[in-house]
Amino acid sequence: MTNNKSLPQYLTLIPSSVMIGIFFMIPFALILAASVAVQTPEGDFNYGFDLAHFERFLTWFYIERALFSAGICALIAALSLLIAFPFTYMLTRFNERAKTLWLIYILAQLSLSEVLIAFSWQVLFSRTAGIGNILEFVGIVEKSFAMAPSAGAVIAALVYLAVPFAILLLYPALSRMDRSLIEAARTLGTSTIGTFFKIVIPVNRSALVSSSVTIFVLTLGAIIVPQVLGKPEHWTLSVLITDQAIFNFNLPFASALAVVLLILSGSVVAAVMKFGGEK
Amino acid sequence: MKTQLNRRSFLGTAAAATALLSAPSIARADKASIKVGTYGGFFEDSFKDVIYPDFTAATGIEVNSIAVPTGETWLVQIKNAARAKQAPTDVSLMAGIPRQRGIEQKLFKTLDPAKIPNLSNLSDNFKDYDADGNLVAVGAVSWYITLCSNTDEIAEAPTSWADMWDPKNEDLLGLLALSTNSYLLEITATTFFGGTDILDTKEGIEKVFEKLSEIRPNVRLWYRDEGAFQQALQDGEIPMGQYYHDVAGLAAAEGFPVRSTFPKEGGVLDSGFWIVPEHAEPIDEAHEFINYISDPEIQASLSRNLGTAPVVDPSLTDLTADELAAVASNGAPILPRYDIYKEHADWISDKWNQMLGG
Repeated sequence: MTNNKSLPQYLTLIPSSVMIGIFFMIPFALILAASVAVQTPEGDFNYGFDLAHFERFLTWFYIERALFSAGICALIAALSLLIAFPFTYMLTRFNERAKTLWLIYILAQLSLSEVLIAFSWQVLFSRTAGIGNILEFVGIVEKSFAMAPSAGAVIAALVYLAVPFAILLLYPALSRMDRSLIEAARTLGTSTIGTFFKIVIPVNRSALVSSSVTIFVLTLGAIIVPQVLGKPEHWTLSVLITDQAIFNFNLPFASALAVVLLILSGSVVAAVMKFGGEK
Repeated sequence: MKTQLNRRSFLGTAAAATALLSAPSIARADKASIKVGTYGGFFEDSFKDVIYPDFTAATGIEVNSIAVPTGETWLVQIKNAARAKQAPTDVSLMAGIPRQRGIEQKLFKTLDPAKIPNLSNLSDNFKDYDADGNLVAVGAVSWYITLCSNTDEIAEAPTSWADMWDPKNEDLLGLLALSTNSYLLEITATTFFGGTDILDTKEGIEKVFEKLSEIRPNVRLWYRDEGAFQQALQDGEIPMGQYYHDVAGLAAAEGFPVRSTFPKEGGVLDSGFWIVPEHAEPIDEAHEFINYISDPEIQASLSRNLGTAPVVDPSLTDLTADELAAVASNGAPILPRYDIYKEHADWISDKWNQMLGG
């Protein structure tokens, strides 16, 4: 690469680098600095180097919370893809008009905030105004019952939140897929379902992996759904971070937990990319 | 609370921006004004409807009302603003534990008692001083956390906090999700250990935690969002729990099947104090405002309209016995032990989280 070629390239990189620097690296550096800050007796903190906040994390309670958060988010990523992948595959085969309408509808779903989703599902899952009443009316259950707070409620709401993202992430890969592969498989006598599992899924493996990682990281940051629809044992690390930062006024510990969450999601992303992403 | 506040502050910002954009040429009237922060929701609405117009009429000082969060969030915002030498409000309500922390961190201005003649109406526990003995916070309103229930679902009103532990109430309680706003340690200590003195030591606090953890199977919702619980209480979805006496009373007055009961061990008496952030500018106006609210007549008006208990001696007010009973109880209240949350902050928060998570 010669100099006169790379200079304009560097120049074009400057605006985005500055943006990333300001809006990502500086806040991140502040979180790192706060996570090792020294707590003062009056409840304030001074920047310094103290690993006490990470030591505090190293109890089974917080480790268990971290593992639970990773586990539930992995489950949500799996469920979302289970719903989104077959749907997106069918969507790519619709006619143009139907495709556009569906995509607009799915894009519109993204405008719903987590808060709105959490409180709507709280109503849906309530004993007095929720789905339970429909089940009672139809005669499936004898008496309406409350479905939240529960693990199922947290998972349902987060899957609902994640599915539109999953569809939009899978759509480009699935719509670009070479149809002749499917035709070849069909001509050679593979069933429709067989083709789906033997051709469509393997061909789109990298899209599946990157979508699942995105959903995993996205749901790891959810705070409203777990606290509104979950019992305390379903509160994720993100909920505890919020409590520490906002209610307990302990920014260093909140930052330390955030760093742990970042390491956790970073290592999951790295592992999945390394072992799952290659063709 | 959180969502409501976000919406509020957004609307506020939007309104302010619109006003600014639409009237750039109108010079600011040279009229004194202060920004007063009160808790968003019923509190702010009532202050805006009942108190501020009369205050402006009496003193000529305009009030810009600002909805502020309860609890530590607000101190964090004041502190962040202070780092930029700003004050988000000129005078505002502040709760117990963050008030102690804010005083220690010198985030509030010292107040001049001579400019607040009505201070003499307040008992000493509604005046807060810094380490040097300067006045920094003055009681504004106090309120009770009581045992509230839905009258359609719970026929007999509960009589004791101990009813929350009763196995027949399995999975139907709503309790506040944090040790520092639920005061469940104080409630448990008073109900089962004869008072909050047991909380003086860590061993004592552990014993109280042990008893408190037995309540878990009865709890449906550990709520952070007051609105979410109030809705559930009114609907009968979560028919019993700890809640604010004043807000429950207002809901009942609006016709919702809600009752607030003072348990025989007493309600939890919490309070909000006025503080003036370090960098606030209209100091005289802030003193005048604090003095105005400390007037027995205004305190009585707050009791009638907001359902708060007066911070002045009730005998100075013209509240009738019935009116007083609606906002307070004759029995001794359970007083929050703000000191333990300051002293053992991390330890209690970890124990609390572990207790909730089982």
